[in-house]
Amino acid sequence: MSEQSFILDGKTIPFTPGQTIIQAAMEAGQYLPYLCYHPDLKPHGSCKVCTVKIGERFMASCTTLAQDGLVVESDTALLHEERMTLIQMLFVEGNHFCPSCEKSGNCQLQATAYDMKMMTPHFPQFFPNRPVDASHPDYLLDTNRCILCSLCVRASRDVDGKNVFGLTGRGIHTRLIVNSASGKLGDSDFAGSDKAAHVCPVGAILPKRKGFAVPIGERTYDEKPISVFTAIERKEK
Amino acid sequence: MNAPAPPKVRVATTSLAGCFGCHMSFLDIDERLLQLIDLVEFDRSPLTDIKHCGLCDIGIIEGGVCNAENVHVLREFRANCKTLIAIGACAINGGLPAQRNALPLEDVMSTVYVHRRGMSNSGIPNDPELPLLLDKVYPLHEVVHIDYSIPGCPPSGDTIWKVLSDLLAGREPHLDYPLIRFD
Repeated sequence: MSEQSFILDGKTIPFTPGQTIIQAAMEAGQYLPYLCYHPDLKPHGSCKVCTVKIGERFMASCTTLAQDGLVVESDTALLHEERMTLIQMLFVEGNHFCPSCEKSGNCQLQATAYDMKMMTPHFPQFFPNRPVDASHPDYLLDTNRCILCSLCVRASRDVDGKNVFGLTGRGIHTRLIVNSASGKLGDSDFAGSDKAAHVCPVGAILPKRKGFAVPIGERTYDEKPISVFTAIERKEK
Repeated sequence: MNAPAPPKVRVATTSLAGCFGCHMSFLDIDERLLQLIDLVEFDRSPLTDIKHCGLCDIGIIEGGVCNAENVHVLREFRANCKTLIAIGACAINGGLPAQRNALPLEDVMSTVYVHRRGMSNSGIPNDPELPLLLDKVYPLHEVVHIDYSIPGCPPSGDTIWKVLSDLLAGREPHLDYPLIRFD
């Protein structure tokens, strides 16, 4: 079988038919920034951070199938600017007070912002005011940090077979909810052994009594930018 | 005959709804302060005795905007400083003090000044000498135009030094990966 490939920023990326652009790129050790993509879960296409340019069109690389001979641009000034704006929008939509967040240093949103050299979220703050759900004995839910990537929704539904989480509401009022009669996480069958407990890219779903366990300097993204980290990790796999 | 010394760059600093941590981090440049003082002269700052901000090249502000006096000081800085820098998480997005934005202001005040146990003379302070709190804590850029932001809670001394030395050399400030932190 002759191998099919596309061109990403001048590099030849081989793929097997049915793979998306981001899947093939990651497998080839090429980093594309993303938040709502996860190699083990179905694509969602909500964060748009993985957007690439194909011809004159902007496409989410997590939902676009690779095709033989496609020419894909990612590492351009225009795309860097667009992605930075998306990250800034996510920062002002939530209460991302990193100094007191237990995910700081291990957070994909924060690491992506560092990698893009974001100095300020630029836009006016929304300051959402959603109550923290601490009803579960082992986990807490702060949806003021939630970026609606739906990774927990997909993990719970497709991997854990539990359907604990869902997105509800419209527009800016869209929010993460828990599928239990009371709406409380403690009244659902959510457990720490669930895939859904470990996919949150930000500090919205956090284990209790485990915060600030890793010294500053040794956290995931303290030394290496997420772009470098992911590429190395991919090659080691 | 000695050539006249080049005019020094004038720098003002202040803390609004800040914790003075960014100023402490600024002092963490340690002996580089001696290099800095050859290049700059300080105007109004918690480190000087000048009461109002005069015409300056650079204004550095830590802390968000939480009360009426903060707004006046911030506007005074904007009117007098060619370049205004927001330093630290509070100045940039309100910071941890903005966690009070989820609570009605009256509840916050009465919890502290009325309902707190052991209060002998309870009542919300209402002397006109005291600045009124704003409904919310705001980032600086929602009140005046900000030219540069230095993230961090606080930014490290190295980060602050890099931005200042870039600006003093006439370069666009540029921070490498290890110097950009939000926490």
